[in-house]
Amino acid sequence: MEFIFNIIGREAAMMIFGLVGVLAFVVVNALILTWAERKVAGHMQLRIGPKEVGPYGLIQPLADALKLLGKEILTPRNVERPLYFLAPIIVFIPVLVSFVVIPFDAALQVKDINVGILVILAFSSLSVLSILFAGWGSNNKYALIGAIRSIAQNIAYEIPLLLSLLPIVMMTNSLSLKTIVEAQGNIWFVCYQPLAFLIYFTAAVAETNRTPFDLPEAESELVAGYHTEYSGMRFALFFLAEYTNIFIVSAVATTFFLGGYQGPFLPGILWFLIKSYALVFVIMWLRWTYPRVRFDQLLNFSWKVLIPLTFINLLITGGLLKL
Amino acid sequence: MMSSANAFFKGAGSLLTGLGVTIKAFFQPVVTSQYPRQLLKISPRFRGHTKLLASTESPDKNGCIACGICARNCPSGSIKNVEGEKREGEKKKTATTYLLDYTTCSQCGICVESCPSDCLVFSADFNLVGVKREDFHFDLVQEFEKRKQVS
Repeated sequence: MEFIFNIIGREAAMMIFGLVGVLAFVVVNALILTWAERKVAGHMQLRIGPKEVGPYGLIQPLADALKLLGKEILTPRNVERPLYFLAPIIVFIPVLVSFVVIPFDAALQVKDINVGILVILAFSSLSVLSILFAGWGSNNKYALIGAIRSIAQNIAYEIPLLLSLLPIVMMTNSLSLKTIVEAQGNIWFVCYQPLAFLIYFTAAVAETNRTPFDLPEAESELVAGYHTEYSGMRFALFFLAEYTNIFIVSAVATTFFLGGYQGPFLPGILWFLIKSYALVFVIMWLRWTYPRVRFDQLLNFSWKVLIPLTFINLLITGGLLKL
Repeated sequence: MMSSANAFFKGAGSLLTGLGVTIKAFFQPVVTSQYPRQLLKISPRFRGHTKLLASTESPDKNGCIACGICARNCPSGSIKNVEGEKREGEKKKTATTYLLDYTTCSQCGICVESCPSDCLVFSADFNLVGVKREDFHFDLVQEFEKRKQVS
């Protein structure tokens, strides 16, 4: 360990270890979540979900991953080549960068940047770009419609997402995730800002393109939306990014509203994972409860309800802080 | 204003109700049966191929007295060779062969209804397979003996 530090310097070594750890975590997280999603779906529909491969079907996602690896990577005719090839790669970058600033534990953070939440929000808007690339480049009407919907939706919901985090930033005077977690030593911010939490969570579900806001990939209308024409590992990258995004929005919610890694008795990392995966479960729970909203309802809800509410919340918070 | 606030709370309430329904289902026992591992109880009215029951006098031998009424009444002529022998110290015959051609049987149940000794019933065998027609030509007496050995 010391040897490696001496050669390339502590900072660079930490970054490399962090990247490897993050990559491993991303893959394992996606494997677990695909399994969990199918189990949750099963039990909510009074069946048991995967059970054949391994105990409780735990090896099922590995089998699926192997299948995807073994598939031929098809490139349809007349695709916009650079865009079509770039999209699955670009969708993955923001996911990796977001992990750099998320504090898993007091000491377990790749790098504590003093504009941490800005990094996450800025990079997560890159995923819109990759969806546009995928939809435009695929030369497929369903992909294009899905991409158009996705962009309208993501732009509309990014605003309440950001504005619902602002009151917390105002309360702590910091954009660093670690400072925000440490400010919640006594009381979680969800007690001060329940409305902001609800708005953030709603917007987060919409940002991750999950039911009830899954219009971009509405399988009953658009086949699979923007990733209709992707197969094999390219499809797997979209899939991986989607499930990792679900974890990231839950992790950010944990950090901002639920006290992050702080909690009694158990080590911090466990508290962090328990809280985050509980939120992930809620997102799955929402998916298997609600039907898809109509497109006009979706946009109206963001522009006419969520955004005014976040502004009111922001004003009240600012006023109370001034008092 | 009042009505829209009302609608808002009603809507929010309905969302929570929906979540309640799914979480309740989540913790309920599953209703599906894991088919090859686990079989459902088959209804007593189920009609498989016919089978012979044991005689009321002794459980070791089949109750068929080889009268041939079933063979005569069968509308498809699926029952053949109903033959029996009279054993020592018994009043009635006991069947030694009873051939059922299950490929032409329509499970109408006339044989079951007409059996004077009430020893013919429908079995619950639903997963029979075979690669040729002859696989479904059963000798019910032999089938009875096989069942006796298994139990």
